[in-house]
Amino acid sequence: MSEWEPKIVTILCNWCTYGAADLAGVNRLQYPTNFKVIRVPCTGRISPKMILAAFRSGADGVWISGCHPGDCHYIEGNFYARRRFTMLKALLKHVGIDERRLHFSWISAAEGPKFAATAKEVIASVKQAGPAHQLIKTKAQVI
Amino acid sequence: MTGYTEKIREAAKRLLTEKKVDCFIGFRKGSVPMVNYPVIVSDPAKADELIWDANCAMNLANYVIGRKDKVGILATGCVARNLVTLVQENQIKREQLYIIGLPCSGMIDKSQVIDKYGDVEIVSVIDKGDTFAVEAGDKTDVLKKADFLSRNCKICAHHNPIEYDEIIGDKVADPETYIKPEDVKKSESMSDAERWEFFEKTFSPCIRCYACRNACPMCYCPTCFVDESRPQWVGKSSDETDTLTFHFLRALHLAGRCTDCGACERACPIDIPVRYLTSRLNADAKEIYGFESGLDPKMRPLLDHYKLDDLNDFFK
Ligand code: SF4
Ligand code: SF4
Ligand code: SF4
Ligand code: FES
Repeated sequence: MSEWEPKIVTILCNWCTYGAADLAGVNRLQYPTNFKVIRVPCTGRISPKMILAAFRSGADGVWISGCHPGDCHYIEGNFYARRRFTMLKALLKHVGIDERRLHFSWISAAEGPKFAATAKEVIASVKQAGPAHQLIKTKAQVI
Repeated sequence: MTGYTEKIREAAKRLLTEKKVDCFIGFRKGSVPMVNYPVIVSDPAKADELIWDANCAMNLANYVIGRKDKVGILATGCVARNLVTLVQENQIKREQLYIIGLPCSGMIDKSQVIDKYGDVEIVSVIDKGDTFAVEAGDKTDVLKKADFLSRNCKICAHHNPIEYDEIIGDKVADPETYIKPEDVKKSESMSDAERWEFFEKTFSPCIRCYACRNACPMCYCPTCFVDESRPQWVGKSSDETDTLTFHFLRALHLAGRCTDCGACERACPIDIPVRYLTSRLNADAKEIYGFESGLDPKMRPLLDHYKLDDLNDFFK
C-alpha cells in the first residue's frame, strides 16, 4: 500500500503568497502536491469559520498565508487577521486539536523559494500529526 | 447586597418621575425560588415591584440592545462591562443609558442548592448577606453564600461596576491579582488527547436549545451562524460534530467580548459548564494582549484593533 498522503487546505492571499506559489511553479521549484489552494483577496477575508469548515470536511491540515505585516494590499487586513488567528489557535489548543495541523506564514510574491520550503515544512508537520479524526462531519448513520 | 432594594426603588421612582429615563430595567420577584424575573418598568408607581438579591443572575444588558429610548438599568461589575461592550459595538449609545452601579459580591448558584436538596422541594430562599436561608421540606437551613457562589463569581476580578452614572452601596474588595480559573490551570497540563476527550465529554450532551446563546448579551446577531444555510457552517441536527462545532464557534465569537457574567451557564437546562471555552479565551486575551473586555467605552473591542507588534511568533 502506498504511503498515506495528507490533504491540506491552503488559503492564500491573492496579492502575495498566491503570486509566490505561481513564481515557484514558473521557476520549476519542486514542492509536494497535497495542497488544495483557495485564493482570497486578503488574509483579512479569512473567517475562522472557513478554517473550521476545512477541518469539518476532512482536511488533515490547513495552511494560511498572506502578505508580510506592513505589506498588505489593503494596508491593515493582515493585522486584524493576525489577532483573529491568534484567538483561533488558542481555542484549537483548548479543545485538543494538534497544533501541527494549522500553519500560518507571511510570504511575498517575490519569495518563490520560501513558498516551496514552507510547503515542505507544512507537509512534514501535518504528516507527523497523522490522519485527522476530530471534528469531521461524517454522513448520518442509519441504524 | 441586602438593603439595595429600597435604594433601587427610590432611584427608579426618581428617574422615571423626573423623566431622566423612559424606562427602568431591573428585577422583580419570580414565582419559583432563586429565579427572579427581569422587568422593564415605565410607570413610577410600579417601581415598588423592583427587588434585588443574590438571585438576580440573568444579564440585564440583554434588554438594552437596539432600544431607541433612554434607559435606566441596574448593573453589577460584569453587567456594566457588557453594557460598555455594547456601546463599543454600537448597539446602544452611552447617552441613552443611565447606569445604576451595584457593587456585587456574587450570585447564588441555584444548581448547587438544588443538588444539595435532591428530591426535597425548596419552598423559599432568602438572601441574608453573607448567608442565605433555605426553607425546604419542613425545615429551614442557613447556608454560607461563599459555599454556593456561582463558578464565575468565585473568580470575578471586577465586582464593582467601572462605568456608571450613580452607584448604590459600598464597594466590594476585588482580588489583588488576577485569579486563573482552576479548570484552566488543570487543562494546561493535559495532553491534546485528554483535552479533546474532555471537550467531547463536556459538550456532547448538549441538546442545542440555544438558551446559552439567548441568555448572552453579546449574542445579538440578527442571523446567528447556526441559522445560516448558505453556506451552512454547522448542521442543525444533534450530530456530535455539529454540537461541538456550535460550541467552538460560539466561544470564538465571544473572544474579547465575554465578561464571564455566567448567564450562559445558568441558562443551560442540563447544567453544561458552558463557560469552559469562553473563560479560557478570556484568560488568553488577558495573557497575550493584556486585554479585558468592557473596561472603557472609548476602547475598541479586542478583535477590532491591532498593534504593529502583536504576537507574531507562530507565523513562518
Ligand atoms: S454565537 Fe456568534 S453568530 Fe451566534 S449570536 Fe452569538 S455572536 Fe452571533
Ligand atoms: S458567553 Fe456567557 S459568561 Fe460570557 S458574556 Fe456571554 S453569557 Fe456572559
Ligand atoms: S443551554 Fe445548554 S443544552 Fe442549550 S444549547 Fe447551550 S449548552 Fe446546549
Ligand atoms: S492583501 Fe495580502 S494579506 Fe491583505
